[in-house]
Amino acid sequence: MAQATQPQQTGKTVLSVRGAGKFFPGVKALQDVDFDLHEGEIHALLGENGAGKSTLIKVITGVHPRDAGSVTLNGEEIHPNHPGDAQALGISTVFQEVNLIPTLSVAENLMLERQTRKFGLIAWKKTDEDAKAALEILGLDIDIHRPLGSYSVAIQQLVAIARAVALDARVLILDEPTASLDAEEIKSLFRIMRDLKAKGLGIVFVTHFLDQVYAVTDRITVLRNGELVGTFVTKELEQIDLINHMLGHELAEVSAHRHQDEGNYTGPKREIQVKNLGKKRVLEPVSLDLQAGEIVGLAGLLGSGRTELSELIFGTQRADSGLVFMDGEPVMLRSPRHAIRAGFGLCPEDRKQDGIVAELSVRENIMLALQGRKGWLRPIPRAEQQQLADKMIKALGIATPDSEKPVGQLSGGNQQKVILARWLVSKPLLLILDEPTRGIDVGAHADIIKLIKELCDEGLALLVASSELDEIVAFADRVAVMRDREKVSELTGAEITQENIIEAIAR
Amino acid sequence: MKINERFYPLVATLAVLALLYGYGIFEHRAFSDTYVLGALLTDNAFLIITAVGMTFVILSGGIDLSVGSMIAFVGVLMAELVTGFGMHPVLAAVISIIVGSAFGAVMGVLIAKFDIQPFIITLAGMFFLRGMCFLINLDSVPIDHSFVSEFSGFKIPLPGRGWLTASAVLMILTVIGGIIIAHYTRFGRNVYAIGGDRQSAELLGTPVHATIIRVYALSGFFSALSGVVFAFYTASAYPLAAVGVELDAIAAVVIGGTLLTGGMGFVIGTFFGGIIMGVIQTLIAFDGSLNSWWTKIMIGALLFGFIVLQRLITRSFSGMRAGAS
Repeated sequence: MAQATQPQQTGKTVLSVRGAGKFFPGVKALQDVDFDLHEGEIHALLGENGAGKSTLIKVITGVHPRDAGSVTLNGEEIHPNHPGDAQALGISTVFQEVNLIPTLSVAENLMLERQTRKFGLIAWKKTDEDAKAALEILGLDIDIHRPLGSYSVAIQQLVAIARAVALDARVLILDEPTASLDAEEIKSLFRIMRDLKAKGLGIVFVTHFLDQVYAVTDRITVLRNGELVGTFVTKELEQIDLINHMLGHELAEVSAHRHQDEGNYTGPKREIQVKNLGKKRVLEPVSLDLQAGEIVGLAGLLGSGRTELSELIFGTQRADSGLVFMDGEPVMLRSPRHAIRAGFGLCPEDRKQDGIVAELSVRENIMLALQGRKGWLRPIPRAEQQQLADKMIKALGIATPDSEKPVGQLSGGNQQKVILARWLVSKPLLLILDEPTRGIDVGAHADIIKLIKELCDEGLALLVASSELDEIVAFADRVAVMRDREKVSELTGAEITQENIIEAIAR
Repeated sequence: MKINERFYPLVATLAVLALLYGYGIFEHRAFSDTYVLGALLTDNAFLIITAVGMTFVILSGGIDLSVGSMIAFVGVLMAELVTGFGMHPVLAAVISIIVGSAFGAVMGVLIAKFDIQPFIITLAGMFFLRGMCFLINLDSVPIDHSFVSEFSGFKIPLPGRGWLTASAVLMILTVIGGIIIAHYTRFGRNVYAIGGDRQSAELLGTPVHATIIRVYALSGFFSALSGVVFAFYTASAYPLAAVGVELDAIAAVVIGGTLLTGGMGFVIGTFFGGIIMGVIQTLIAFDGSLNSWWTKIMIGALLFGFIVLQRLITRSFSGMRAGAS
């Protein structure tokens, strides 16, 4: 691995970001981030979901205007307004989703808006030659006249890179390029990346596969919660330290561990058993027990299977092996509808997309699950809806002028509370929280954590997936650690420390 | 070597055309005569000219329902300009085409800038233009002018008993022009790109708004041109002319192998598509025992077939992407 990464400490800085900031209403997406890219280096940009990687890239490429700081390219400050501007300046980006036209030929995709013209008409011969030349840089030999969509995603990605590089790029940003490639394809991508690096290109490589980071990069910049953790030389950074940087807080400001004051719940003992629940190519079979009044944390890096396990239990994805038992009885989980009827709830990771219905009011959002459970033939009377909604707004401290305000206009933290309220009125037995504090400001953060603990005391079983280790350590009675789509460890009681979790992930 | 996937629909179109024409020749000796060919080219000229414009619209992922009304509107406008104002028919034609292109461009602006469904905007355009016809004239009026009779008298003899009329010649020139615009200009390629994947096209630096506006202006241009040909060909104008031609044009484009979702297809395919519809009509006329509604039944069946074929082709594409991600 190491021989591939000769340090290029003498490389001139080509791209430099200083004090970059980007703020969205209620969320600091990026704060005071510095980032330097040298000529002829491959620089990994790492962090969990919501750490600010994509925001940083969007600020550099002009998708978002920056709210603070500066971006300089070869010593000159730049202000691109959209990716096209950035490309013209020499910053090319290849996204995870191939942004080319599947119905056009390979040659046309490479040459769109750059075709050679004679007398206003396209000179196809010369244009095709240019396209071939662009592919030769990458050593790619394919029929350029066939539609792009007829090739594998790997080839499409390489074509996208060829287009990006053909434009005299000095900076190449690869955003999760390996997500859909197999091992062989990744190898040839890495070979091409090293070739480009040898030609003096600066490459920003965003990924969440740590082994790839060690295989191909020279330096690593880690972001967390929109802030810079640090920039490190790859060879000098142990993997366990890297994970620590990505997940843990160096300052152990952790409050009282919940598992020390557990046992506040004294109601009837109920349990949910997950037995060998899995799905081919999504999740290896996982077993997990949950009890009423207990919080189980789900820890692991991005892509480790945290979200997948939540989705399988909730029926968003259908498991092809294993069963879930409730008090010993098997439960049908073919769709979220079944899961809700069985008394499960899910607060999804992507709140805006999968959680709230932005145009509906707070009251309507809160009533969704309960109404769904009752069926649409038995509408809940308006007065009862109002009463329940008001009660929840008060109980959870949702900051809204009244219950009729569209949820889309609330801040992230209050939206999350609305989703929690939605499940609470339907009185679930198991509530799954996927990244409940993502993108929520500090004040609301503490509220949500407090709420989670209170819910547990009221007899809910909670499964909380989070990339914030300090959070998990603070409230979990037990922690299931996920790695590579598998449950690798389960920690209880005093074993639950950040160090132990990180060790289980890195092992 | 494997045939390029993009040609599959075109190959299917040609196969259908060969099959139908072959059947015609086999059943009726007279079908092989150039007289039939000449008549096919003339009778379907205005439809094919409209369909060439429609090809661009559909390639860009849109639809234009206003073209039928545009044909009628242009006819009525020309009749008014020629008989009412005593204008020369060529000048009247040029003015009509400019008005038609401008109207198309306005619809394009509404579609692009306000991001409205083309279906709705052009539906409004369809009603608007049809209504405008009646505002100008309520009845069918003849267009009397020596130029118009010269136009309909113009004939280029073909080997055999057939001939090419002025309408047919104009149509063939239009098809050639369409091919050049589609395949040899950046605008043409951008239309394909936008129809293939609009978001990606934007990221690749394609001027999406400008291209969409020009697509509808072009469709306005071709349908107005078609209206001129139709007016000359029939030497009259009628506010209720060309009702439903927009749907015939869409059918010609689809039978010609252009993907309804956009991004793939050929202008020459549209030409063949229009001819296929004409051949079906001619076959049924030749047969004599079949009622003319069989034309619709046959065209409907063909459309079913082509749409399923398209689905299979697009699925093989998107399958690649979805399967790997």
